Amino acid sequence: MSYRYIEKLDGDLPEVSKETVLLNLKQRIPELRVLHTDEEMRPYECDGLSAYRVTPMLVVLPETVEQVRQVLQFASQHQIPIVTRGAGTGLSGGAMPLEKGILLVMSRFKQILSIDPEASLARVQPGVRNLAISEAVAPYGLYYAPDPSSQIACSIGGNVAENAGGVHCLKYGLTLHNVMQVKVLTIDGDELVLGSEAFDTPGFDLLALFTGSEGLLGVITEVTVRLLPKPAYTKVMLASFDSVEKAGATVANIIGAGIIPAGLEMMDNLAIRAAEDFIRAGYPVDAQAILLCELDGNRQDVEEDIACVEKILRESGAVEIRIARDESERQQFWAGRKNAFPAVGRISPDYYCMDGTIPRHALPHVLTRIQELSQTYNLRVANVFHAGDGNLHPLILFDANTPGEIDRAEAIGARILELCVEVGGTISGEHGVGREKINQMCTQFNSDELRLFHSLKSAWDPKNLLNPGKNIPTLNRCAEFGAMHIHAGQLPHPELERF
Amino acid sequence: MTPNIPNNDHLEQLLEQIHDARVRGAALRIRGGDSKRHLGRHVDADELDTRNHTGVVRYDPTELVVTVRAGTRLHDLNKLLTANGQHLPPEAPDFSAAATVGGMVAAAVAGPRRPWAGSVRDFVLGCRVITAEGKHLRFGGDVMKNVAGYDFSRLLAGSHGCLGVITEISLKVLPLPRAAQSLQLAVDAVAALKLLAQWKQENLPISGACHWNDLLHVRIEGGRASVEAARARIHATPVSAQVWEDLREHRLPFFQSSQPLWRLSVPTNAPLVAMPGDVLLDWGGAQRWVKTDASAHDVRRIAESLRGHATCYTPGIDDSPFEPLSPEILRLHQRLKAQLDPDGLFNPGRMYADI
Repeated sequence: MSYRYIEKLDGDLPEVSKETVLLNLKQRIPELRVLHTDEEMRPYECDGLSAYRVTPMLVVLPETVEQVRQVLQFASQHQIPIVTRGAGTGLSGGAMPLEKGILLVMSRFKQILSIDPEASLARVQPGVRNLAISEAVAPYGLYYAPDPSSQIACSIGGNVAENAGGVHCLKYGLTLHNVMQVKVLTIDGDELVLGSEAFDTPGFDLLALFTGSEGLLGVITEVTVRLLPKPAYTKVMLASFDSVEKAGATVANIIGAGIIPAGLEMMDNLAIRAAEDFIRAGYPVDAQAILLCELDGNRQDVEEDIACVEKILRESGAVEIRIARDESERQQFWAGRKNAFPAVGRISPDYYCMDGTIPRHALPHVLTRIQELSQTYNLRVANVFHAGDGNLHPLILFDANTPGEIDRAEAIGARILELCVEVGGTISGEHGVGREKINQMCTQFNSDELRLFHSLKSAWDPKNLLNPGKNIPTLNRCAEFGAMHIHAGQLPHPELERF
Repeated sequence: MTPNIPNNDHLEQLLEQIHDARVRGAALRIRGGDSKRHLGRHVDADELDTRNHTGVVRYDPTELVVTVRAGTRLHDLNKLLTANGQHLPPEAPDFSAAATVGGMVAAAVAGPRRPWAGSVRDFVLGCRVITAEGKHLRFGGDVMKNVAGYDFSRLLAGSHGCLGVITEISLKVLPLPRAAQSLQLAVDAVAALKLLAQWKQENLPISGACHWNDLLHVRIEGGRASVEAARARIHATPVSAQVWEDLREHRLPFFQSSQPLWRLSVPTNAPLVAMPGDVLLDWGGAQRWVKTDASAHDVRRIAESLRGHATCYTPGIDDSPFEPLSPEILRLHQRLKAQLDPDGLFNPGRMYADI
C-alpha cells in the first residue's frame, strides 16, 4: 500500500476527533448531507485508481455553493484537510481520501446553467458530465472537444482539475485550451473568477495555473467551456504494420507531410489481440502494430487528406490499409481502440494503466525497453498509444491475488515512467500525478523546482489543507525516494528478490 | 536546418548579472527587443538584456515542437518555421524587427488569428526560467501533453517578466495552411458582424476578420477545396494578405493618428456600442481598437459594460495601462509575487504598481 498518506513523508496532519468534527459540522451547516459510517462511505473509498482504498473521516455532499463555502471555512478554521472529488473516475488517485480529512463530493452540482450558441459557450456546474455537455449543445451543431475515455461518467470539474485529455488532443487541445472561465472557492471561502468570456483576461494567467492543479489550489464551482462546431465530415483509416518501428515512422511521415489528424492512435500486438478477442472489430491479429488515423473537417479537404495519408501509409510499408466506408464501419474501427482497456481487463485479472508522454521519435526505443522490462519483471505489457501527441498508455497485466504481483506491477510502472523522463518526456500526459505518481515527480523535477511548486501552492493555500499529499511531493518524500532510487541503481532489479 | 540564427548560450552572464543585482538589492528591467516597451508601466531599473541568449535548441518538424533560447529573434524563428512549412498560429506581432521569442511569450500578445487558432499561452509547452533566487529551472517540456506538476510555464506567458526570466521556450508549431485567401467587402460594422455570425454558423474556415472604415476583411484558410468553396460563398473582392500583417503590426492608417490607442477585449458576441472615437474591430469583434482622448475611466466603463476589459497601448495616458484587478485577484497576484520574487527583483511595477 505504497500510496497511503504517510505523515512522516507527506507532512503531519492535525489530530482531530471525528465525533467532535461531525458534531461541529452539523451544528454549523445543519442542512448539509454528511456521511460518516463506514458503510455509507464505502463507495467513496477510492477513485479510478481502485486498487487502493482509504476510508475518509467524513464525506460531505453539498448542494449549494454556499454550503461548499461553509465547508471550506469550517475546514480552514479547524485545520481539517479537504479532498475534493468529482465523479471519481480519475486514474491517478487524485481523489483518494485521507483518513484524517473530509471528502468534499461535488457530484450534486449537475446543472447546465446556460448555453450561448452565438458565442459558442456553455456555463455549467462542475458535476456535469463531460459527454452531457456535448449532448446538450448538439441541437446547435456544437460539441465540447476534449473527450477523455471516461467521458460518459467523468465530470467537467474533474476534467479542469486534471487538465484531462483524450484522443483528439493533437488537433483540438487539452481541457486548458477549451475552457474560458472557472469560478473557484479558496480554502478561506473567497470566490475567484479566473479567465473570462473574452479571449484574454488582465493580470497573470491564473486560469492556466489552476487548470490541472488537481484540487490543491481551490474548489471549482462553475466552468465556462468553449464549444466547437461539429466537423462536417469524418473519415477513419486503419493500417497494419509488421513492425512497431514502421508504424512509428509512419506517424512522423504523416505529420511531416503537414497533416494534423483529429486522432492518430497506435496499438501493439498484445493490445490488438485482446481487443479483437473482446469486440471483434476485424483487427488484423497478426499485425505487430496498427494505426488508426481519423481526419475531420470540410468534406473535400478530408478527401484530399485521405488520399495523401493513403499514399504515405503505402510508402511507409503498411501491410494493409482499410478506409471505413460508412459511419457504422468507422464506429467498428474505433470500437476496438475504445474498448482496449476493458479488453485487456478480460485477459488479465488486473491491469494497471500508465500515462507517460514521450517525444515521438523515441517510440521504438521506449517500446523495446518496455519489452525488456516486461521480461525482467515477468509481467505482460500491452501498449496503447495516442501516437499523434506522444502519449503512451502501457497496460501492465497482473493478478493482485498472486503474492508479489502488485508490487512488481508498481515497480515496472515506476520504471516505465522514469524511462519516459529519460527520453525527454513526462510522467503524466493526461491522467495527472495524484497519489499514483507522487514518487516519480522526484525524478522529473529537482528540489528547487519542487520548492517553486510549493511556493505557488502557498500563495493559494498557505495552510496546505487542500488535497495534501497529492500532485507535488514533499522534499522529505523525495529524499526518502531518492535514497531508494540510488539503491536501485546499484543493484539492478532488486525488486526481483521479492518473489 | 538553422541558418542565420546565432547559437549563443549566454546563460552564465544572465545568472551572474542577476546574482549581482540580488547582492546589491537592485531591481532589473528584463528586456528583449524592447518592441513592446510601450505596453505596460515604466520600470526604472538596470537592464537585463536577453538578446544575446539565442539559438535553436531543438527542432524536428515532425515532432511539431520547436525549442529556442529566449533572445532568439521572433522574425528569425518565423523564417525558420516557414522554411519548414510550419508556423506559430497565434501570429504574434513583432512591432519591431528586434522582437524576441522571450518577449513574445512574456507579453503574450496575439495577432489576428487568435480567436480561431489559440493564444500564445496555448502554444507554450515548456520553458526554462531563472528565478529570483537565481536558480535556473525547467518546467513543462517539449511534448504535447504534460500534466505533471503545476503549469508554471503557461503562467509565465503574459506575466511580463514579473515572475522570472524566461531563458528557453518550447512551443507547439503547426503546418502552414495549404491554401489561404483574403477578401474585402464594403459593409458597415453592424452588417459585418451579422455576416460573420452567419458564416460562423455555416462553419466557413475563417481565420481572420477585421472591420474599419466600412470595410470588412476576412481571411479563409484550410485545404484548397474548402478555401475555394468559402471564397465562392463569401463573394467578395480578393485582396493581398498584407492587410493582416499591417493590422498585426499596427501599420494600418487607423493606428497612425496621434490620439491614444486603447484595446478592448470583449466576448465574441458583445454588442456594438457607441465609442468615444474611431474604432477598428478585430478578432471578429472580440478585440476592439479605439483611438480616443476619452478618460481611462470612461473607456474602462464601456469595456466593463461589455463584460470585457481595456488596455491602454499609449504610454503616459493612464498610470495603470492594464485593467485594474478585482481586490481578491489582486491579493492573489501580490501573494504570488511575494512567494516568487519577494524583493521585487524582476520588472517591479511593470504590470501593476505593487506587483
